[in-house]
Amino acid sequence: MDTRDTAEQAELRRSARRLARELGPATVAGLDDTTRAKRLAAAVHDAGWLELRNDAGDGRPLASGVESTIVVDALAGRAADVAFSGPVLAADLARRAGAPEAVGSVVAFTRGLVEAAEVDGDVTSSPLYAVDCGGEQLGPVFALQPDGDGYRLARVRDGGPIDGAVGGADLTRRVCTIAPGAAVLPVARQDRLLTRDDLAAWIALGLALTSADLVGAMRGVLDLTVAYAAERRQFGVPVGSFQAVQHLLADAVCLMEGSLSVALHAAWAVDDLDPEEARAAGRVAKAYCGRAARTVCETAIQVHGGIGNTWECMAHVYLRRALLSSQWFGDAGEQLRHLERERLGAADGLS
Amino acid sequence: MDFRDSPAEAEFRVRLRAWLVDNNPGLPASSTDDAYWARQAEWHSALYDAGFFGLSWPTRYGGHDLPTVFDVILDDELAAAGAPPRPSLGYLVQGMSTHGSDAIKDRFLPGLISGRDRWCQGFSEPDAGSDLASLRTTAIHEGDEYVIDGHKVWTSYSDVADWCFLLARTEPDVPKHKGLSAFAVAMDQPGIEQHPLRMINGITSEFGQVAFDGARVPAENMIGEPGEGWRVAMTIVSHEREPGELGYVARYSKTVKELEQAVRADPDAFRSDQREGIAWAYVQAEMLRLHVCRRLSERLDGVDHGPGGSVDKLLMTWVEQAVGTAALDVSGSRAAVDTDDVALKVYLYSRAQSVMGGTSQIQKNIIATRILGLPTG
Repeated sequence: MDTRDTAEQAELRRSARRLARELGPATVAGLDDTTRAKRLAAAVHDAGWLELRNDAGDGRPLASGVESTIVVDALAGRAADVAFSGPVLAADLARRAGAPEAVGSVVAFTRGLVEAAEVDGDVTSSPLYAVDCGGEQLGPVFALQPDGDGYRLARVRDGGPIDGAVGGADLTRRVCTIAPGAAVLPVARQDRLLTRDDLAAWIALGLALTSADLVGAMRGVLDLTVAYAAERRQFGVPVGSFQAVQHLLADAVCLMEGSLSVALHAAWAVDDLDPEEARAAGRVAKAYCGRAARTVCETAIQVHGGIGNTWECMAHVYLRRALLSSQWFGDAGEQLRHLERERLGAADGLS
Repeated sequence: MDFRDSPAEAEFRVRLRAWLVDNNPGLPASSTDDAYWARQAEWHSALYDAGFFGLSWPTRYGGHDLPTVFDVILDDELAAAGAPPRPSLGYLVQGMSTHGSDAIKDRFLPGLISGRDRWCQGFSEPDAGSDLASLRTTAIHEGDEYVIDGHKVWTSYSDVADWCFLLARTEPDVPKHKGLSAFAVAMDQPGIEQHPLRMINGITSEFGQVAFDGARVPAENMIGEPGEGWRVAMTIVSHEREPGELGYVARYSKTVKELEQAVRADPDAFRSDQREGIAWAYVQAEMLRLHVCRRLSERLDGVDHGPGGSVDKLLMTWVEQAVGTAALDVSGSRAAVDTDDVALKVYLYSRAQSVMGGTSQIQKNIIATRILGLPTG
């Protein structure tokens, strides 16, 4: 047992953080700088990070769940407005289905963003949501089509410019709504059916990525807030010298550190534990990180005082990012409900 | 990054698990029952004699020189077997190892680690709690000895201790942090009297108060240099705050497991809020288990005596109190009608966790100023 980064992981962490620092938005106004955002997207693409879960040629991914979460933690830490988890999750699902051409697209979710969309028939019958879908162009969007005991990958959009509603709470990642009536198309060259185990392992990756995103957001918003508390003066002294403020920030640091510990384990579990155990590890991480991130981001807004409640303060950008990451694959309450059922058995009528 | 056992770790785990089958003393929890304390020494010796205690400490002192992460396995398996946690004295070992001379270490560490010698920690006083440096117990140099007068409180295990790791004022005329020294004081002597403290959950064996009235300690029993006492104390308390040093994870996981068993036996008897409370306590206990994995892994780079223990202490406190609250809530009316209800005792004991080893407020001050670098007011 040794939970420290390997030398390669430490180097990846350094370079991902450096890239996010250099090309992330830095200010709220910076979010409108499309030149910078394009450079960021190109840099993430060129680094090869979107391919971390692609097929290495033997059915296994090019890198473990740990490497993907290292990148997403770094991106979230600077509120980097670039698609990452969405494409990586699509690539991972495509790899499991033996459909390599799916790389670079995203997966459709049902309302609530908790589960990958299941489609049956030729057209979709309810709105679907493509999470973290990136820039103006939308690649093929994948959904699950029941087939015997498993699922096939299907396309519910064939790419092209985004035409549905785009937006959501998060100002750094986009959720595209795919209106009902979208054609359901087959995915060519698909070697395998997705099994329950495939989906459990894929959900484990989703939980690990969203947990790591929350950890990054917590670190980023805390860095911002601690710097502000040390600098902002009232009553002739920095507000960070007051215990009332210090204790809020100390609580937040602890929540972030505890979250990091569970998120690292969930990331490792993706490829090193059985699918159901990996998913359970993901649920523990997400339950903890989900609750923690909400508190930490709210603390950040409180410590920023009046300015923290204005659009120009970066704190709400992190809070908004945390809201999407929390909801995606299920919030803390959702995870606790699953853990309860798995560990305590069913309670008819009362639960 | 790897949470899996290495071959050597896996072998150790199997050996420990097999040993626990026949050697689990089946004691009640330390936090709720004096019966635990009556047999704690026996448990310590059994664990040590079987080669399962003092894992990361030097063989020279009776340890095993194993990587720190072996303690994670120890805590895991103790919890899984429902066995008592490992004895919590790593912080004294850290203090003595860091500040003691070779003579002190050779003389005292083997007995401390093996459990042959019982130790208590004499730091807090009635008027020196959070403001520890204001303590008034004096140790006056007389010839080859120091003479000790004063009153200590919250002295864990003072009723059975052979030795006291004492912090006393040796130089009254210098600033308060600079006039302190640490000693190994023999408890069996005329000038020392100890009385138990009764906690709000009724247990009387864990904590005591000790009166020193002309007690004597040879000068050679000083741990560290004269005036080094504050630094010795800070080393000790920084580790006293670490769940990785204390091994409490096993206690929390064990309680959560018992709560889960109670609900599984009769799922319909519990409300959804009680079920969610247990699920949350499970998440919290898992967080701490994994946090300890991470902290003890970081120690493979070397032990750090810094303020990080304060973060760990707060996390541990939140876990203990989440577990205590879940236990009370699951117990429901039983706690209201039965004085001896274990859940009630677990809950009441959990309230002390945000005070002992330094209050949560002190930990937050430390985090804010020493980790975040915020200015002091």
